[in-house]
Amino acid sequence: MTPTPPYSPEVIRQHGLTPDEYARVEALLGRAPTWPELGVFSVMWSEHCAYKSSRVHLRRLPTKGARVIQGPGENAGVVDAGDGWAVVFKMESHNHPSFIEPYQGAATGVGGILRDVFTMGARPIALLNALRFGRPDHPRTPYLVKGVVGGIGGYGNCVGVPTVGGDASFDACYDGNILVNAFALGVARADRIFLGRAEGVGNPVFYVGSKTGRDGIHGATMASEEFGAGSEAKRPTVQVGDPFTEKLLIEASLEVMGADLLAGVQDMGAAGLTSSSCEMASRAGSGLVLDLDRVPMRETGMTPYELLLSESQERMLMVCKRGREDELLAIVRRWDLDVCEVGRVTDSGRFVCRWHGEVVVDVPVGALVDEAPCYDRPRTEPPPPTPLADADLPPMADAGADLRALLATPTIGSKRWIYRQYDHMVQTGTVIRPGAGDAAVVRLPETPRGVAMSVDCNGRYCALDPYAGAGLAVVESALNVACVGARPVAVTDCLNFASPERPAVMGAFAAAIDGIAAACAALETPVVSGNVSLYNETEGRGIHPTPMIGMVGLMDDAAAAVGSAFPAEGLAVVVLGDAPPALGGSAWLGLHGDALRGLPPRLDPDGARKVVDTLLAAHDAGLVESAHDVSEGGLAVALAECTFAHGVGVAADLSAGEGGLPARLFGEAIGTVVVATADRDALLALAQRRGVTAWFVGPTGGDRVVITVDERRVVDASVADLRAAWEGALPAVVAARAPVSGGGA
Amino acid sequence: MRFTVVSFPGSNCDHDCVRVVDAVLGEQATLVRHTADDLGRPDVVLLPGGFSYGDYLRCGAIAARAPVMAAVRRFAEGGGPVLGICNGFQVLTECGLLPGALGRNAGLDFVCDDVWLTVEGQATPFTRGVPRERPLRVPVAHHDGCYFADDDTLARLEGEGQVIFRYADAAGRPDPTANPNGSRANIAGICNAAGNVVGMMPHPERCAEPLLGGVDGRLLFDAVRGVLS
Repeated sequence: MTPTPPYSPEVIRQHGLTPDEYARVEALLGRAPTWPELGVFSVMWSEHCAYKSSRVHLRRLPTKGARVIQGPGENAGVVDAGDGWAVVFKMESHNHPSFIEPYQGAATGVGGILRDVFTMGARPIALLNALRFGRPDHPRTPYLVKGVVGGIGGYGNCVGVPTVGGDASFDACYDGNILVNAFALGVARADRIFLGRAEGVGNPVFYVGSKTGRDGIHGATMASEEFGAGSEAKRPTVQVGDPFTEKLLIEASLEVMGADLLAGVQDMGAAGLTSSSCEMASRAGSGLVLDLDRVPMRETGMTPYELLLSESQERMLMVCKRGREDELLAIVRRWDLDVCEVGRVTDSGRFVCRWHGEVVVDVPVGALVDEAPCYDRPRTEPPPPTPLADADLPPMADAGADLRALLATPTIGSKRWIYRQYDHMVQTGTVIRPGAGDAAVVRLPETPRGVAMSVDCNGRYCALDPYAGAGLAVVESALNVACVGARPVAVTDCLNFASPERPAVMGAFAAAIDGIAAACAALETPVVSGNVSLYNETEGRGIHPTPMIGMVGLMDDAAAAVGSAFPAEGLAVVVLGDAPPALGGSAWLGLHGDALRGLPPRLDPDGARKVVDTLLAAHDAGLVESAHDVSEGGLAVALAECTFAHGVGVAADLSAGEGGLPARLFGEAIGTVVVATADRDALLALAQRRGVTAWFVGPTGGDRVVITVDERRVVDASVADLRAAWEGALPAVVAARAPVSGGGA
Repeated sequence: MRFTVVSFPGSNCDHDCVRVVDAVLGEQATLVRHTADDLGRPDVVLLPGGFSYGDYLRCGAIAARAPVMAAVRRFAEGGGPVLGICNGFQVLTECGLLPGALGRNAGLDFVCDDVWLTVEGQATPFTRGVPRERPLRVPVAHHDGCYFADDDTLARLEGEGQVIFRYADAAGRPDPTANPNGSRANIAGICNAAGNVVGMMPHPERCAEPLLGGVDGRLLFDAVRGVLS
């Protein structure tokens, strides 16, 4: 039986509504909500849909710029790529489902982000992902790594969108809450962008794609027996992906859009039919009436409540231009997809759902969207990080052994085990493959241009100083993009935090927003899309603040892209940038104990901007043979990494560096770049003209990594030996035998 | 010269094949859907990679029974050059135009990487004149590329010169460590008895432009163009 009001406090709580919020629902409606209406408010007022804890802070992000065609608020951001082309991109989290069921959780995360992009009329041309796992020796880590990587590959490979890059790291803070953040980028004509708007009174609304089942219904887990739903309600709530249907949906949707049949379109993502309908009506200032009994159903006996809240995958809602219905039906049916007219656009400003003619939902769209709760939650200022005294530093017995050990950690080690499982070449546009450069580069179809992409965030820096750490994620990703030769142009973010109800977490969130804002302003890279994922905590233990940044850059000539490794002997290695090396929060500190102490690297947005500009000027002048930014593990690790791809060694003299030996070798000078050049004098002169510090550290050549400081040879290791350690890092993690708990693939 | 590229639901390298034909070779490419009963008078037919029908049931099994395959079979039986790449190779084995079968990779994981291939046979339109002195560098990207045939079939393939490509190391040695998927005898590609139908797991269309890091794949397309012109 469908429950009826009055609802018990327990039922209201299970719908994620506080007593005050529920009182507002009744006040806005002037009555108690029906059971399906309660479900609709539950999802529309959820943190996920309403951003109720984050909205007040997100407003501080810079979102405008000369290239921005569409900023936040739509399904994805859109940036002008020149000559009438636009790139459309977004990053989104699928953390919790991936922890429960790693293969399907990660797979459907890829499916969801792809739909956000092709919903805008863009053909997806690249996928990236940023992954955070628990400590490498946690018993569940191998299972999660294999499942997540398998799921991302299983979905992306089948839909035929190359997975060209990403980032993966390991830290105990993610033991109980892994992060799976998926990024997708598509390309469209700039004047052919489709918006998620229910425009045009009387226009028919079509449901396209997979049938609706009971998967992903929050209510199903919450309600269970209490509401007499029976055993059906107990099935797992993780959605199952069908990449084959997604592939058909991409082709059908782009064909329908190309034929100019649509007034608006949106995918059904989180909160399914409810959020897609309400958001489209809200953006257009219109209303919608839906006949829920017409929705294609996978199971019998489904109720309006379930149909509204199902998160079944691979579904779209299309508002068709009146009179073009037959053309839409013909195209969609040719792709063998389910399609059904389920409603109409109205001018009532109300979201109305009928069930066999009877009205079961009738609420003002504004109440669901504009009137959604927005909280400025209590927050405490993050405590300032405390500097490390020299006495707190671990002794460094053998720099060469430390270098090898750092390269053998899975966070720094080669990610080949991961990207070898992703088809990173389909669509024949991949110019810089995963592992080959600091950023991935794909060509912009039908042009000589390239798009560069990088995802980045160091959670330890953010834990020590959320303002600096978040800004540094922007700086690092911008430098990655500049290293391959592209101008950073815009950002998408995925803000992963613990519970917003803890003032310390909210304080870190607010500070991280300010750090991102400061860095994006200096680099002129507005935030055009993004996602917030809160409550990443288990048993009161939260993750490090992890504001993941996805940076997109553009270059006029994709063929000019360079890799990160030294391509030849006899080149000069130059370090650009004057960011001081920091040991606080460093990987080296982690090698010898607790890394979560000390001062993290300094955030210097203007300095980073100067390095980016200088590096791009050097690219333009043909002075860059390879470029690699200094990040985890510091300069010594960066130099070693540059030797692996081509087996070309280096002899570096770091006497001109700053600080003690550990800082010079392993201090993380975020904002500096290792450049190999054939014309050392020209590069140094160019840097000097621009007021950027640049120092020559030595020549490339030989088959060893040799580092000297003050005429002392502190590292002398064979490239082959270091490379073996670096390549073995990740295979060693996944080879560990682990109990497979929680079922799954 | 006209190339027909067959597109099944779930094919995802069909446009890559079209691109090689029209943008790289400068020849005419036509995409033909799975429901077609006519291939449009092609000179060459390409069966592209991807996940036809989601690769549900078995890779290539449903595509092998698609309506368009009757026309592909007629074209092949008439001696027309047919190249099946990756999923296209799986389709050709599933429909019986090529012997053997492709199973799950020995390592059980999907593998996307460059591999080296030796050119074992030049008696096909796609390898005629392709140099045998050095191995070709071509990418693979598959989950089910482990070539299997029973001993008798394998002996026949080897004896009749129907093994066309073998996985090798950079020096051209068919070393077991250079085998990405556990295929018998390091087999990466074979042809039918007549030599006009070739199936291969590696993707020549992915390395036909300098921008993509290699041009060895172009040799196969140039070969068939040379044979037919």
